[in-house]
Amino acid sequence: MNEKRPGPVLERSEGIEHAGFKDTQEVAAIIDKYKGEIGQLISILQDIQAKLYYLPKEALVQVSETMGIPLSRVYSVATFFKAFSLKPRGRHMINVCLGTACHVRGASKLLEQIERSLKISRGETTGDFKFTLETLNCMGCCALGPVVRIDGRYFGQMSAGKVDLILNKYE
Amino acid sequence: MTFDEIRRRAISEREALEASEKPHIFIGTATCGRSAGALAVREAIKAELERRRIDAIITEVGCIGLCYAEPLVDITKSGRPRICYGNVTPEIATQLIEDYIVNDNPRPDLALGTIGDGSIEGIPKFFDLAVLKPQVRISLRNCGFIDPENINHYIARDGYSGLAKALGVSPKAVIDEVWKSGLRGRGGAGFPTARKWEFCRSAVGKEKYIICNADEGDPGAFMDRDLLEGDPHSVLEGMLIGAYAIGAAEGYIYCRAEYPLAIARLNIALRQMREYGLLGDSILGSDFSFDIRIKEGAGAFVCGEETALMMSIEGKRGMPRSRPPFPAISGLWGKPTNINNVETWADVSAILQRGGEWFASYGTEKSKGTKNFSLAGKVRCTGLIEVPMGITIRQIVYGIGGGIPGDKKFKGVQTGGPSGGCLPASALDLPVDYESLTAAGSIMGSGGMIVMDEDTCMVDMARYFLTFTQAESCGKCVPCRVGTRQMLDILERVSKGDGEPDDIEKLEKLAITVRDCSLCALGGTAPNPVLTTIRYFRDEYEAHINEKRCPALVCKALISYYILPEKCEGCGICLRDCPVEAISGGKRMVHIIDQDRCIKCGTCLDVCPPRFSAVVKVSGQHITVPEKPIPVIMSKEERVKGNGNH
Ligand SMILES: Cc1cc2nc3c(=O)[nH]c(=O)nc-3n(C[C@H](O)[C@H](O)[C@H](O)COP(=O)(O)O)c2cc1C
Ligand code: FES
Repeated sequence: MNEKRPGPVLERSEGIEHAGFKDTQEVAAIIDKYKGEIGQLISILQDIQAKLYYLPKEALVQVSETMGIPLSRVYSVATFFKAFSLKPRGRHMINVCLGTACHVRGASKLLEQIERSLKISRGETTGDFKFTLETLNCMGCCALGPVVRIDGRYFGQMSAGKVDLILNKYE
Repeated sequence: MTFDEIRRRAISEREALEASEKPHIFIGTATCGRSAGALAVREAIKAELERRRIDAIITEVGCIGLCYAEPLVDITKSGRPRICYGNVTPEIATQLIEDYIVNDNPRPDLALGTIGDGSIEGIPKFFDLAVLKPQVRISLRNCGFIDPENINHYIARDGYSGLAKALGVSPKAVIDEVWKSGLRGRGGAGFPTARKWEFCRSAVGKEKYIICNADEGDPGAFMDRDLLEGDPHSVLEGMLIGAYAIGAAEGYIYCRAEYPLAIARLNIALRQMREYGLLGDSILGSDFSFDIRIKEGAGAFVCGEETALMMSIEGKRGMPRSRPPFPAISGLWGKPTNINNVETWADVSAILQRGGEWFASYGTEKSKGTKNFSLAGKVRCTGLIEVPMGITIRQIVYGIGGGIPGDKKFKGVQTGGPSGGCLPASALDLPVDYESLTAAGSIMGSGGMIVMDEDTCMVDMARYFLTFTQAESCGKCVPCRVGTRQMLDILERVSKGDGEPDDIEKLEKLAITVRDCSLCALGGTAPNPVLTTIRYFRDEYEAHINEKRCPALVCKALISYYILPEKCEGCGICLRDCPVEAISGGKRMVHIIDQDRCIKCGTCLDVCPPRFSAVVKVSGQHITVPEKPIPVIMSKEERVKGNGNH
């Protein structure tokens, strides 16, 4: 979807070295945009995640130090909300809806098929960082369930049979 | 510019548009339309118009509610009613341009109905269709008719006239008008809106806030999304009216991040309001000043709860706190705060535009006006509907919804999402109002309505909702955190066939503790799906527990797939498609499923050609099949001999 998505971030995040973290300026710019207001913590983390596709530990440390709030507080927010990920994600994000309307129309069967096709479970990323598979509860197009969203594109009335056909189109 | 000038300009713009000789094409491009392919249709229309050098006007509109017929395209030709076409593909759209716009054939075979004055032979009136006739559109008055990204469209249809009226009278008079309407909160609990406003208005403090709750966390509900995508200004006008009545200078919209289009359209709407002096200092020249900020949710159901929502706006973990103090006294940043649901706000703007008494003329004694529902699940005409309170569930499911697809049997309807309950066929004639639904063990909720047919297992439904609430419990209070976990454990056991005789009783006991002792309504209502399914579908629990059988053939651990030897023709399709290679056989050999390997995905049942129908799904039943693949012809011979099974 976006060439700028950082591929090799895993190494960076694994070597917890603060100094090795290269996105300090981007993070600083985001904090600046919200004038470092503590009340804007969630928006700041959302923006960082939108840029880096996940929340590297180094970024959380930087937010905590720049804004003068304890790291525990930043971490407590980052782990509370489902939208945040502390693990790097793949190039393409697959969201399978498990909302009620999709559930009664066989969403779990669909999810299992995707899990089999990609050989990962929900919440995981493929080894080549091509796909991350996540579930969510309702995208608001229940009438067309079961629904799958890949990188913001919606696929309504999905069936297990269509899975491979669609996934194969992604690079 | 004064409001009168703004309004006059918007109206003359609309009149010019209507008087235009050019064909006018409307395309529904809300999220639901998009997931059905509306954007491809839009591109095809644009390309075809270009190719034929036709000068037409294209307007992208929100959802009119007929999600089952998406993508929807409407065409108006000068001097004729507008024709609405359903299930439009890029090919059909291209064809319609040739047939109707060029050759003047309105294609009644593709049309759903006509809108507006006049008629066209062979096409019914849109609002006379069974799916629309019982509906009354108040909050959805503009959805599908205006360009949500153009404020003039809203203003030309009486938009902001409610605000103009409100600013001309005292805040107290505004609250009185809302009293007259009888409006109750549409976010779930049904608290009288005027009373809530009075509390906040009389609370001590100079700084006050108002909030629009657009978190829409019920998994299976999309009323608020449709409204925000299709007519954001109706909600924003309501907020301005509320802020004026309460005396608030700042407002927030808390919208879930799963709705990117709604957020984008809200941002556009706010910008246009600023340009017109409808937001900011001295609104419309009065001494009322007000501003609105959008806050995106980050994926937590509990943040729909008002106190948790406020924590989240403050940048903290979204955990609820005990009330009192109520937000009207101490809310956001400890200041008096009034929070209402998206639909409530859209109703407010209609009430000020047309009067409280007019609104109260719809509905029942205690539940006035209309309510939006997202009708989904096993029903023919899925979509967004707005109905007067007091309509029966039967009228909704069979009248508007057109019944169950495939002529399956109706089993139940789920209202209120994870906080609500599953009501059985005997509740079909229940009037939809706050009191009746509560008495039946469910709730009105925010408006999710999921229809379930005979293929839905009620134990599975209860397990599904508990999985949801258990995962979404914020963990602050013990009854909710631990109680939902224990209940889920029991339900999982039951659906795996490991249920024990006293499990139903245990569930009921736990449910009451969780319901009565939880800190917020998440835990307080989480047991509802369990309690109602036990109340109305106890026999299904008993079948799971005592007979290890799932009557609806849903719970995986209790079902098996078999290939009937006398029906199998050895075609090899299921064998090829089985994802785990659990099927053995060969050409013209009876196929056999290895039960130990089978993951019960159901692929074999789906792909077996209907003319063979050799695959069956059973529960609590054993079917004898050959041990090894045998020639198809042999199984036929044995069938003739009368001892088909080995
Ligand atoms: C767990 C939970 C989730 C809720 N989710 C929503 C929601 O998504 N939208 C909403 O408007 N109200 C929701 N509510 C209700 C709100 O707390 C609040 O009552 C409502 O926003 C008040 O607005 P109203 O008076 O206009 O209905 C939720 C309540 C609970 C306990
Ligand atoms: S339940 Fe899947 S989109 Fe709503």
